[in-house]
Amino acid sequence: MSAAGIDDPHGAYVLRLADSNLVLAQRLGEWIGHAPALEEDLGLANTALDLLGQARLLLTHAGDLEGRGRDEDALAFLREERDYRNVALVEQPNGDFGDTIVRQFLYDAWQVELYGRLGASRDRQLAAIADKALKESNYHLRFSAGWVVRLGDGTPESHERVQGSLDRLWPWTVELCEPDDIDHAMLAAGVGVDLAAVRAGWDRRVDRTLSEATLVRPADHPWRWFGKRGQHGEHLGRLLAEMQSLHRAHPGAQW
Amino acid sequence: MDTAALAERFQARIDADERIEPKDWMPDAYRRTLIRQMSQHAHSEIVGMLPEGNWITRAPTLKRKAILMAKVQDEGGHGAYLYGATETLGVTRDALIEELLAGAARYSSIFNYPTPTWADIGAIGWLVDGAAIMNQIPLCRCSYGPYARAMVRICKEESFHQRQGYDIMLALARGTDAQRRMAQEALDRWWWPALMMFGPPDADSKHSAQSMRWRIKRFSNDELRRRFIEFTVPQAEYLGLAVPQGEIDWSEFEQVLAGHGPCNRERIAARRRAHESGRWVREAALAWADKQRSKRREAV
Amino acid sequence: MTSSNDWPLYEVFIRARGGLDHKHVGSIHATDERMALEHARDVYTRRQEGVSIWVVRSSAIVASDPSDAEAFFEPARDKVYRHPTFYDIPDEVKTL
Repeated sequence: MSAAGIDDPHGAYVLRLADSNLVLAQRLGEWIGHAPALEEDLGLANTALDLLGQARLLLTHAGDLEGRGRDEDALAFLREERDYRNVALVEQPNGDFGDTIVRQFLYDAWQVELYGRLGASRDRQLAAIADKALKESNYHLRFSAGWVVRLGDGTPESHERVQGSLDRLWPWTVELCEPDDIDHAMLAAGVGVDLAAVRAGWDRRVDRTLSEATLVRPADHPWRWFGKRGQHGEHLGRLLAEMQSLHRAHPGAQW
Repeated sequence: MDTAALAERFQARIDADERIEPKDWMPDAYRRTLIRQMSQHAHSEIVGMLPEGNWITRAPTLKRKAILMAKVQDEGGHGAYLYGATETLGVTRDALIEELLAGAARYSSIFNYPTPTWADIGAIGWLVDGAAIMNQIPLCRCSYGPYARAMVRICKEESFHQRQGYDIMLALARGTDAQRRMAQEALDRWWWPALMMFGPPDADSKHSAQSMRWRIKRFSNDELRRRFIEFTVPQAEYLGLAVPQGEIDWSEFEQVLAGHGPCNRERIAARRRAHESGRWVREAALAWADKQRSKRREAV
Repeated sequence: MTSSNDWPLYEVFIRARGGLDHKHVGSIHATDERMALEHARDVYTRRQEGVSIWVVRSSAIVASDPSDAEAFFEPARDKVYRHPTFYDIPDEVKTL
């Protein structure tokens, strides 16, 4: 069985969504047992479980579209870094709670806009997954936005920390709404969404929360390193090495 | 009414199987015993998240990852229920957690053992949760109302924990030679510590008699241990695994309890790290809430 | 013993299904109302236990004292005529 990515644009489009959710779920999983308060452990775990659930549905769908018999585990555990197509924002390390929350907020705001539109996709399976996921993402956004506001407008220390998180993570948001060939092709096919519209909605949500949080929106700079095209930083390799280690150590085993 | 009369009426209520509620009169020793036992129980849930959390990022399939994440999250939830129930006795969760972090509070020694392989996750679910359930089911009828109610909720949720553990062991037992070896080694590692979870032999158990009188405890350590072995041995046989033979080495129990288990220091260090690195977050949330309150006052 | 750095305690009440009362299920800690609702949701409804949540600051609850129990609740004991079973109605009389 090949361990490569998916070439067909439709499958590749679904795989991007799947990978982003999977990688972020993996990151959030690192938090469980280490959060700033017990209730936050449970909250982060709920978000992680939702994202993992979405990832599994999307991976399965991507495998079905590919039609070569790869299931969710074959796609998750047997692809290498260069064939992962997650947006690079989600592979950024957890850092402190502020970094995690800002990463989550930027992603949640994007997912809400994205899923809201994917519900109208001509790919009915994808649309059904999006409808279910939208409800979850609405809650994630409520949770993360609430924390962005508390940390941004909390103490001088928290304000400074979380503004730093925002500044560091901001460049990785460029690819969220910048369409490439696959996005264009899927929009034309009625499968994908119009990222310009997603962008407008995302801007509104982000600006509203940042202003409430007394945080300054960083300036946009040109940025061309897109995880969704397989251009990853140094962190994803380690994340996958850890995630895939046991599965790969026992080829073909059932668990 | 004088204390002797109150104490007599208290014991009469217990004997009649009535529940004691937070604002009811209770002997200081009863309150202290409950605070100690319930907070130890809560700490155990929280520290217990660590050995299993060790495998969330490496679970061998996505389904197993989801199950394990939900399970470890449940342990956190159980900790939350139990801290909440303990707080009805007039202590704060923060004070209890401070005691844990200062090394002044105990938690179940079992969580001072490491989880070097995936099979340990199966063994913990099957054996450790199995032993815990056996300890906990009688607590659903414990004389203190909030504790009993928390335990009802916990036991309901726990029932999937033991089954998912056995399910992991079953997959390993039916798997490759390497998987079967992994399963046997995990059983060898966890068998004795699991048996020790029921506490010292009845003859050496210093709190037992009074706790039975107060109906905080309903069965003796040895009785529960015997029952656990009775249930578990056939389950191991079904897996084709060999249950270790011999006697419990109580000196190991004492040693781990005294702080010299393989992971005691790591566990507390991890909790401390989480607590310390979360401090600025907790302070920020309080500061934000204060600001909102004063804004509202100004607006009036 | 609450220090100023402790997160306040909230009591959580959950309506399990439409048509039922909210029932006390336990407590959580939170710094503000929004967080309290989210924490109650995250801690107490992981298995579809509810369709509606109330949270209330524990310090805002006014509770009767057990030492008042006799004065509060005993007087209702002898008012047996308040209960339908107090009245003997002939079997022939229906729907009463």
